[in-house]
Amino acid sequence: MTPTEHYILPDIPDYHRLDVYEANGGYTALRKALGMKPEEVTDEVKKSNLRGRGGACFPTGLKWTFMPKGSDKPKYLAVNGDESEPGTFKDRQIFEYNPHQLLEGILIGCYAMGINAAYVYIRGEYGKWIRMMQTAVDAAYENGYVGNNILGSGFSTEIILHKGAGAYICGEESSLMNSIQGERGYPRVKPPFPAQRGLWGCPTTINNVETMTNVPLIINKGWEWYSKIGNTKHPGPILVGISGHVNKPGVFEVPTGVPLLELIHAYAGGIPGNKKIKAVIPGGSSTMILRAEQLEGVCMDVDSLKAAGSSVGTAGLIVMDEDTDLIPILSRIAKFYHHESCGQCTPCREGTGWLEKVLERFEHNQAKTEDIDLLLNIANNIEGNTICALGDAAAWPVQSMIRQFREEFEKHITPQLAD
Amino acid sequence: MLKEENRAKIEEIKKKYPDAKAALLPALWVAQEQEGWISEEMMKEIGTFLGLPFGQVLGVVTFYTMFNSKPVGKYHIEVCTNVSCVLRGSDKILQKVEHVCGAKAGQTSADGKWTVNEAECMGACGGAPMLAIGEEYYENLTPEKAEELLRKLT
Repeated sequence: MTPTEHYILPDIPDYHRLDVYEANGGYTALRKALGMKPEEVTDEVKKSNLRGRGGACFPTGLKWTFMPKGSDKPKYLAVNGDESEPGTFKDRQIFEYNPHQLLEGILIGCYAMGINAAYVYIRGEYGKWIRMMQTAVDAAYENGYVGNNILGSGFSTEIILHKGAGAYICGEESSLMNSIQGERGYPRVKPPFPAQRGLWGCPTTINNVETMTNVPLIINKGWEWYSKIGNTKHPGPILVGISGHVNKPGVFEVPTGVPLLELIHAYAGGIPGNKKIKAVIPGGSSTMILRAEQLEGVCMDVDSLKAAGSSVGTAGLIVMDEDTDLIPILSRIAKFYHHESCGQCTPCREGTGWLEKVLERFEHNQAKTEDIDLLLNIANNIEGNTICALGDAAAWPVQSMIRQFREEFEKHITPQLAD
Repeated sequence: MLKEENRAKIEEIKKKYPDAKAALLPALWVAQEQEGWISEEMMKEIGTFLGLPFGQVLGVVTFYTMFNSKPVGKYHIEVCTNVSCVLRGSDKILQKVEHVCGAKAGQTSADGKWTVNEAECMGACGGAPMLAIGEEYYENLTPEKAEELLRKLT
């Protein structure tokens, strides 16, 4: 894959239309998969080393093998298009520009796991994009790609779009399932894991929208081709969303493993006014912040970002220039997690509110030196003590900001407030 | 009251799920599209229609930010103020919107024309700062562009 080749968002006009998609080889991967044994399809995905694009980078093929082969209960696929992590705006591009490749990936996944119903959960704010997706789903049904006896293979599956209603927590997989079931979006305690007890107590796999859009490529071109794109431990094309202080913000499709500095300068056009970078949040608001000095040699892949002390997350890169006051930014992030905490677990429900309050003190120069330790104490008591990862997501930005930018907090301390 | 065609719509939606409860969120969307918001009477009606207790419906309506449990203005303006937007000046967009609409975030203007809200990340970070009017996104705004946009709405 060269930097100009695009497989997830190809530069083909009207690619969202079924006829254009078909004319460019669309749904040939589905035909091919239907001619294979289901376990061969899973094996192909497993060997490709595709990792989930929703934030956790979990190996997709391995996840598929967790599903029981025989089951007296129905099995389900839930496709996560909740896309609510601040700084993330990639799946929206797929809904708009390449909906059929997503549907094709879903169908292949359903065939591989023996699933007869897939629910695609899309955040409620994307009403316009849900309509675009519905147009694609309807066209796919009309042409025999979805529904009964797909392309005469004897395999049947339904695809149903489910509209969210404004809750970040529903991007968490068990909360997403509760939301599909008509409940408040409360995460579930694990185990049992979704492959044992998911939607309506039945075996369920949850995969991200971008992840599923990669699947047809693997089937068509083979796992060997795919596994050599970008970083071999985390291969494939990846959609990187770049926002904040850059000249050309947007979503860029690149092979994994591209250096962050290249993404910022070569793709996103550098920093306005040729300013220096102060900090970067590499993968959506919950990933750990990095200082400009740390960015040299750091690439957009699992191992590189882990070594740098952060993570790929949703590959939503947020750039802050040298003049940015980081305290109001962190305060805004804390306010977000407080607002989005579902309220189930005390450390998160209470702790996120306390983080917000203490950070507001910093924002208004009403903080004392001890408040830095207080913030750390609260964050450390949330982390790891909640049912789902929202608690961690609220704690990490605070912990990493203090570790990396303690001086920013000190600037907002008013010494005479000390006891 | 749900219109007859909307009751039929919900009947169709029910067929897509193994139980009626799963049709709750889609049914609430149908109701909100009809009325602009979801009253207590409507919640009771939907509960009866789907065979769910009122508490279940109320619990869901109050959990999800996008379900309006009180009436909203003719235009529902949501200004994203999350991290990517605030880095590109969303505070000034919000100020301008509040000024033009004569309503602070969280309020509806006295004439009922505008409801203004501060929104969490709406997935438009590449076009920050942005606002949404209903389902329509307006991106790459300046305070001037935001004002021009609102002044056109009658």
